[in-house]
Amino acid sequence: ARALTPQTAETDAIRFLVGTQSLRYDNQIHIIDFDDENNIINKNVLLHQVGEIWHISTSPADKGVLATCYNKTSDTKVMTCAAVWRMPKELESGSHESPDDSSSNTQTLELLCHLDNTAHGNMACVMWEPMGDGKKIISLADNNILLWDLQESSAKAVLSSSTALEGKGQLKFTSGRWSPHHNCTQIATANDTAVRGWDTRSMRQIYCIENAHGQLVRDLDFNPNKQYYLASCGDDCKVKFWDTRNVTEPVKTLEEHSHWVWNVRYNHSHDQLILTGSSDSRVILSNMVSISSEPFGHMVDDDELSDQEDQHQEEKVKEPLQDSVIATYEEHEDSVYAVEWSSADPWLFASLSYDGRLVINRVPRALKYHILL
Amino acid sequence: AAATAGSGAGSGAAGSPEATGGSTGGGGWRRPHGPLQRYYGPSTAEAAEAPPDPTDINGPHFDPEVFMTKVRSECPLGQLLAREAALSREIRALDSDMQTLLYENYNKFISATDTIRKMKVDFRHMEAEMDDLAANMAAISASSARVSAALQDRHRRGAQLAGVQALLRKLQALVEVPGRLRRWAGTEPARALRCHARARAVLRHYRHLPSFRAIEDESHAIMAELAQRLRTRLRCETLDPKELTECVEMLLQLEEPAEELSEEFLSQAGARLEAELAALEAELPAADPSGTATTPPPPASDILDFVDRGSSAFVGTLCQLAGSYRALFGGDTGRLEPFAAALATRYFALLERRLALERGLGDTSLLVRALDRFHRRLRALLELLPAGADAAAALVARAARERVDRYLRALQTFFLGCLGDVRQALAAPRPPGKEGPGLPDLLATLAASVLGQLKAVLAYVQLFTARDVAFASLPYFKGEFCVTAVREGLVVAFVRWLCRTARGFADGPAERGAPAAPPALLLLLARLCLDYENSTISYILTLTDEQFPPQDSGPAVTPGPALCAEARAAAQRLLDHYVQVQGAAVAQMLRKSVETRDWLGTVEPRNVRAVMKRVVEDITAIDVQVGQLFEEGVRRAQSSDSSRRAFSVYSSSRAPGRYAPSYTPSAPMDTHLLSNIQKLFSERIDIFSPVEFNKVSVLTGIIKISLKTLLECVRLRTLGRFGLQQVQVDGHYLQLYLWRFASDERVVQGLLDEVAASAAHRCLDPVPMEHSVVELICERG
Repeated sequence: ARALTPQTAETDAIRFLVGTQSLRYDNQIHIIDFDDENNIINKNVLLHQVGEIWHISTSPADKGVLATCYNKTSDTKVMTCAAVWRMPKELESGSHESPDDSSSNTQTLELLCHLDNTAHGNMACVMWEPMGDGKKIISLADNNILLWDLQESSAKAVLSSSTALEGKGQLKFTSGRWSPHHNCTQIATANDTAVRGWDTRSMRQIYCIENAHGQLVRDLDFNPNKQYYLASCGDDCKVKFWDTRNVTEPVKTLEEHSHWVWNVRYNHSHDQLILTGSSDSRVILSNMVSISSEPFGHMVDDDELSDQEDQHQEEKVKEPLQDSVIATYEEHEDSVYAVEWSSADPWLFASLSYDGRLVINRVPRALKYHILL
Repeated sequence: AAATAGSGAGSGAAGSPEATGGSTGGGGWRRPHGPLQRYYGPSTAEAAEAPPDPTDINGPHFDPEVFMTKVRSECPLGQLLAREAALSREIRALDSDMQTLLYENYNKFISATDTIRKMKVDFRHMEAEMDDLAANMAAISASSARVSAALQDRHRRGAQLAGVQALLRKLQALVEVPGRLRRWAGTEPARALRCHARARAVLRHYRHLPSFRAIEDESHAIMAELAQRLRTRLRCETLDPKELTECVEMLLQLEEPAEELSEEFLSQAGARLEAELAALEAELPAADPSGTATTPPPPASDILDFVDRGSSAFVGTLCQLAGSYRALFGGDTGRLEPFAAALATRYFALLERRLALERGLGDTSLLVRALDRFHRRLRALLELLPAGADAAAALVARAARERVDRYLRALQTFFLGCLGDVRQALAAPRPPGKEGPGLPDLLATLAASVLGQLKAVLAYVQLFTARDVAFASLPYFKGEFCVTAVREGLVVAFVRWLCRTARGFADGPAERGAPAAPPALLLLLARLCLDYENSTISYILTLTDEQFPPQDSGPAVTPGPALCAEARAAAQRLLDHYVQVQGAAVAQMLRKSVETRDWLGTVEPRNVRAVMKRVVEDITAIDVQVGQLFEEGVRRAQSSDSSRRAFSVYSSSRAPGRYAPSYTPSAPMDTHLLSNIQKLFSERIDIFSPVEFNKVSVLTGIIKISLKTLLECVRLRTLGRFGLQQVQVDGHYLQLYLWRFASDERVVQGLLDEVAASAAHRCLDPVPMEHSVVELICERG
């Protein structure tokens, strides 16, 4: 399994969606609920019969809406398509069924619309507009960027604009992210060894980091709090941090993994926490304080400061927190293809490996208090 | 006496203390003297004898009662009888001794009486002769007194006449003084001065006599005129130091004020020294305030010449002047010191500028000789001017340090040049049929030339501390120079720089821009660094320590192991980088081949794909390349035959079962469990992990990277039945040819198993090929 996403619109319950990959059996979407207090995992299964799922993403506005990229295989051809789906109402907010009968009670997704890609090629991924109302999505198909408008309560997708990357060499997009900054007018894409930024209004390239990695760039993510900061990872085992205003040099480079890094994710609220997943079967949580939005720890307000001089003194002692690897998680036995932070709990994350194992972990308690206090 | 001490019968009192001997019968020849000595008084030896023993029969404190009691109480009867016999025998012997002595003494007494009688007769004769002698002596003395009284008067008159003549001669000289003075004042002022000095005291003494006063006045006038003349000479003429000194000396003798004179002396000397400095300065190219836009033309004379002239002219003069100043004006050097210091500082500045001109490496021995000469000449001056010592030493030290730094830079340039050569040699297209120089040759050449250069530099630098160089004995050159400048500043810095440069090849070009170093160069450098770690560093350090023995109290030195660790880290980094680069090249090939192929629509495999052959070829080439420089290394022993069979069994029959479809909702658990349990038994493989310094390890690293790439790429594809079979064939082919390169063929096997399993999993119609067919195809290919 490769596809994992948090339920973005859900802010109370910790819920992840996992898409399966199987050529010979019906594929499914598993809705994983994690009960933090009782440490119980609940699972609901939705059938996704059209093909194996390579990418999955959820609407930021509507809990029940999600988009998948899936392989449609015929005898001689494999085509990757994308579609927008709605899950059954009762599963939207996670009905708590007991695990034993979840297998018998499978439900099917309701198809809202196909993103028609016959003219554009294989879909690599689908991105929702981060702050929007769930009406705009962008999909990457081969070397095209397609911007869709969902109309009639998502029942119809209209291609509003598109652009194509042209040039020599390998031009297929491998992944992309929509920036939450600048009024959601920027996206970044990765193809081969380059990272490119695009303006969604004009559909023009605004920056390009050539040779961002020595080999293929696998994934990227925007810093949610610093608008010009971007993280990327790739086949050279490195994670690099960029300031998009200066594309010649990375701000920082991490070399902790021993194989390709498939995924990099900023924590949504504490952007010093970086999660990476790699095909060396490891998930690494790093603390990049020096390039985060809070390089000196949590800021204390001025009036608070006057009262609590002493406390501030103590804090000063704690402050020089170094960039470091917080933890390496080795629970997976096979390559880790996806890592995601929970949308509800900023201290919780999930990782998914090829053999289908999903691991949910917490940020170490000591570090959590250190960041909070 | 000894002869007479025979045995003889004699009678005597048995209890006599003197006469009894020891209980042992064998008496010595001294025994007869013993009683006599005692008779004439105890000798000192006896007096010194320790506590009186009343039982000692020969002792002075013998007490018969005590003795008897002791003997009676202590000895048995037999012993008593024996003792009694011995005692009586001794007593008899002593009696006979005594008799003999008595006779002897009597004879002597008689002969002595005869002699005395004869002497009395002789003395009577002598008395008469002595009276005659006394009368004769009295007559002689009387006649001698008469003769001397007759000569006395004439002697006194002669002496008086000689005194008058000397006085007259002196008067004559005095009268002649003014004339002489006048004659010599013009030509030989020194002689005039001597003459005047002699006459002056006398004249002053007799000045109350008018005739003398006239002479004095006249000579005064002449001397005043002379002084005037000397002063004018002092003031306006350029004199060489010797004349100057003479001149001032004469003025001093003329009782001119010393203060004023010393000032004038210094100003004269100053002018002269200034002129010399100016002459030196003229040789230097003018200081270019705007920075040197063009390199100044090479100085006309070499540095040795310059220093030679500088020291012989300037330093010599300064020394001479200072010496004469001291001689002239006594110990008061309050004025001399600042004067000399100022001039010396200027001289140092000039020399420094000249040294700065020595840009090139030039001839170090020349420089050393120049500095040596400078230092030697200066030593004389430094006795006068202790403050300048530090400045001069610092100057020499700076020059030496500068030279060492320059050598370091030259070494670095040389090394870069060598590297450039190596790169060129590697990049040069080889004419077919003719092999270019092998990697070991290149490595040997590189290492040897660098080491040779380093040794040459050390030899040059050693000139600075040679025994015949004067400044080598300065504490700086003994301690700090050896350690800080040479060991740390040159040798250690060079090794460090070499490691850094080598690392730079691994770290730098990985980023964009700079052309990446060819893999062979990385390999070469890795080996070089490793060699450094193993032997070269310790060799160089030993060599350095031998040539420049470090002081015990000197500053802390970088220990050899630290450098070795650095070199090892660099070597490790380079080798890792080599593995990554080569691995990436192979992996890229595999990735492209997997990504571009249509795995669904492919036909039944008849051949191993060309790219696999290419991979095997490349890896073989790498194997050869690495083998040239690194040892074989250990591989885990395992017979190839068994492994091959294991693989074939695994891939054909078990693999599809192993990755049984795991997504049926009914049974997700057991299959997961199965695969996980299998994983538990196979070790986790770190793909981009550090490698060891041997061929097998390097090759294993490259193979791991390649195969893992293959695995990940296959997982991204969807395969048809023939696609799977093609992967199967390819995998088997790789297995056939790659196991021999890897340290542990299980690694290769495990990765290929995973590839096969993933391919089966990604296959729409997983029907594996018959194993015999696979083998057939592979053998044919």
